[in-house]
Order: sequence, then structure tokens, then C-alpha cells
Amino acid sequence: MRRVVVTGLGMVTPLGSGVDVTWRRLLAGESGASRVEAFEVSDLPCQIACSIPRGTGEGEFDADAWMEPKEQRKVDPFIVYAMAAAKQALDDADWHPSSYEDQIVSGVLIGSGIGGIGGIHDASLLLDERGPRRISPFFIPGRLINLASGYVSIEHGLKGPNHSVVTACSTGAHAIGDAARIIALGDADVMVAGGTESPINRLSLAGFAACRALCTAFNEDPTRGSRPYDRDRDGFVMGEGAGIVVLEEYEHARARGARIYAEVVGYGMSGDAYHITAPSEDGDGAFRCMQAALKRAGITAADLDYVNAHGTSTMADEIELRAVERLVGNAAANISMSSTKSAIGHLLGAAGAVEAIFSILAIRDQVAPPTLNLDNPSVDTPIDLVPHKARQREIDVVLSNSFGFGGTNASLAFRRVDA
Amino acid sequence: MSDIAERVKKIVVEHLGVDAEKVTDSANFIDDLGADSLDTVELVMAFEEEFSVEIPDDAAETIVTVGDAIKFLEKNVAA
Repeated sequence: MRRVVVTGLGMVTPLGSGVDVTWRRLLAGESGASRVEAFEVSDLPCQIACSIPRGTGEGEFDADAWMEPKEQRKVDPFIVYAMAAAKQALDDADWHPSSYEDQIVSGVLIGSGIGGIGGIHDASLLLDERGPRRISPFFIPGRLINLASGYVSIEHGLKGPNHSVVTACSTGAHAIGDAARIIALGDADVMVAGGTESPINRLSLAGFAACRALCTAFNEDPTRGSRPYDRDRDGFVMGEGAGIVVLEEYEHARARGARIYAEVVGYGMSGDAYHITAPSEDGDGAFRCMQAALKRAGITAADLDYVNAHGTSTMADEIELRAVERLVGNAAANISMSSTKSAIGHLLGAAGAVEAIFSILAIRDQVAPPTLNLDNPSVDTPIDLVPHKARQREIDVVLSNSFGFGGTNASLAFRRVDA
Repeated sequence: MSDIAERVKKIVVEHLGVDAEKVTDSANFIDDLGADSLDTVELVMAFEEEFSVEIPDDAAETIVTVGDAIKFLEKNVAA
């Protein structure tokens, strides 16, 4: 199998538009949570979310800068976020294929958990109220999850494999892992890969609240709502955004002098075969996907420096933590593990991709981002959960975990590449 | 310019994101204004909405320029 490296990063998150602003604010311990103001929430149990800061100021998300207004009208926001993050990542990688030969070896694999659920809701109401003649020809193509990959390919002339992933909250990790395999197997040299999500609407909040998955105790104190491992946690805080990377075959990147952030050394997958929303209580699925990632990477748990946890601020936090303890054994005291969902919330299908980028930046800057609001851990563990403040430390090998509804698990392992 | 022509041109500018000067009577939606086949379907829907009129598919197929749309609507919209 060929080696695969990361050469470009892009993101739109509740901490801002762009990798630099998000990472700076994340390390500073800032939260992206606030009360939902965009629509009526008084009858919803969860009234907070991590929304993208919109505007034209520095670090704010200005949709018009990434997609023409007349195109934005046709699609759900998850596609606009993907367009923004993909452009950032391709610019960062300085990969703009113009020859046919370069275009056909460059593909796209962007996923989403629930895609255009907001637009489907709106169109359903329109259908009921006004009838079928009022349904736009852009209704279907603007909601389909794989149209994020479609739009990005059209915008940038990427004619290689065009694919998508839908695995709930593991989507972003699966997208990056699968795209890396496509390159490793020689079906493409460059892949634009990641996840995107725009779930902050009444229907999604009502649906996840019905699953008893959302934070409901911090409606008056939003920035304290997402608190992984803390004894007062009571559910996840929903987030929105996109994370997209440019993956590249190692020699291809070397030959054009591209900057290499890290190597994708491992990718593990597993299924819980247990329950539609709850992880198996023994953490077996989580353990096996991490183990598979390390095995593929040819490394042992002792090599591991940092784990970006799935850590959603739910009952599942402890299950993951125990699985990591089992994985690393005596090396536990040497490992830092944080949940960046404490700052940006749970970006669902985008989470795994955004968090993979945080893991890569942890290698670049030798710093573990913090777990906010971890005031009173509900568990004892020898693992450093990086409470409140970022931790400067040696980080060469990282693992990024994602677990989704349906019992679908993915772990990505990245390693520093010495120049 | 008639009231109908003015409203038609406004809709075309909004939906296709083109400059108003380009929206002449002879402008072809696809060849001159950059629309694709889905855009033209949506344009016809927008005309139906704006003028509270139903444009059957066979009539919609004959509306390929801005002038075609204005002519159709002037004939079929109750004053």
C-alpha cells in the first residue's frame, strides 16, 4: 500500500471560519456555545447550540465569500460549509489541478450525517400547503448528502473518484479513512476528504432531544453545557460546520514540494452490533476500532501521545475512557486525551473530520487542546484529560475517535513525518 | 416598459444572479444568461408564483427568452 499524507486543512466551526482562528480560540479555552436565537426554542428541552459566527469580520463566516448567493439559494447550508472548507484546504495545499491528467487523479469524498434535513422539513411544509407544483427542481440536488462532494468537484475540476459517506457521527472519520485507502490502493493521488453538517434547526433539535441525547440542564448557561467526563454532564450540545483535508500520496506530495502536516498511518473500523443509539457498555466496539487503527499503523499503544476523544458529554464518555485505558494499559499515564467537543459541541457528521484536523494540529504545534468545563471528573483515571487548559507536550502519534448511532466506530491514527 | 416586463426582468435578475443590463427581451435564458435546464424550470415556477398563473409544461418549453416570458404572461395574466 502507498503512503498517504495530509497536505491541506480547511474548516468552518462554531469558533470561526478557518483553521487558524478556530485553533487559536480552541487553545485559548473559548467556547462556541450560545442560546439559539435563529428560531423558536421555548418549547424545546435543549435551547443551546454551537452555531457558526456569521459576518464579514475577521474569522467570521461570510457565506457569500465561498458560494454565489444564487447558488446558495439552491442548497442546504451543509453544502456551503463544505465549499468553504474545501476551498480553504485546497488553497492551503496549493493544489489547483488544471491539466486533465492532474484532474483525473484528484477526487472528493465528503460525507454528512443528516445532510439537508432542514431543507427537507421546509419542502415538506410547502408540499402540504401549496402542492407539488411549488417544489423546486433544486430541492433534491440541494439536499442529497453526496452533493457536497458533487459541488466541490465541479468548482475545482476534481475528476477522480467522487464518493460520500453517511455513518452518523463517525462520518467525518470514515470519509478521511476511506479516502486515504483510495489513495493507498492507487485509485487516486489526491483526495479532498471530510465531513460537513448543518443540523441546527427545530426538527433536528426535537429529534435528538427525543433520543435523550442532548444537554438540557444548561439552557441559561450555554458555555458550560458541553462538559465531557464531568459529573454534571447531561447530554451533547449540537454544533455545525465542516472539516476538510487534502490527502495526498507521499511521493506525489514530495515531488511537488508540498508542506506535509502528518501521515495517515492507521484507520480502524468496527461495529457494536448492540443498540441503535447507545454504545455497547463494555466498550468492545470502541476498543476494537482503536486496536485496528494501531495494528494498521504498525505501532503499539506505548507510542501513542494524544487521543482526541469522541467524548460527547454523555453517558458514553466513560465507556470510551475505559476502552482507551484497556488499549493503552501501563502507558496510560503518558497519554493525554481531550474532548474538543467541550468547546465546539458535537458537529455530528463533521465532528470526526474537524477533530482529525485538531489532532493533526496537535502534532504540528506539540500541544493538546483542552477539555473545557471538566470541573469534577466523574471517574478516576491515570490518563491526562487535559482539563480547562491546553497542554504543551511532545506529540508525535495521535488517535482520533468517532462513534456513531447504529454502533459504527472509526479511529484514525496520524504520525509526524520528519522532513 | 410594461409592468409585467419589469417584474419578469426583476425575477430573472434575482434568480440567475445576472446584471440587469443583460436581461433584454431577446436574451436567451440558457445561451445568454447562463441558466441550465433546472434554472429554467425554477424560473417558470417563479413566474407562476409572481403572477398567480399556471404555465403548462408544453407552454413552458416555448419560453426560452425573456421576451417569450413577457409575451406569454401579457397574454395570460388577467389585468
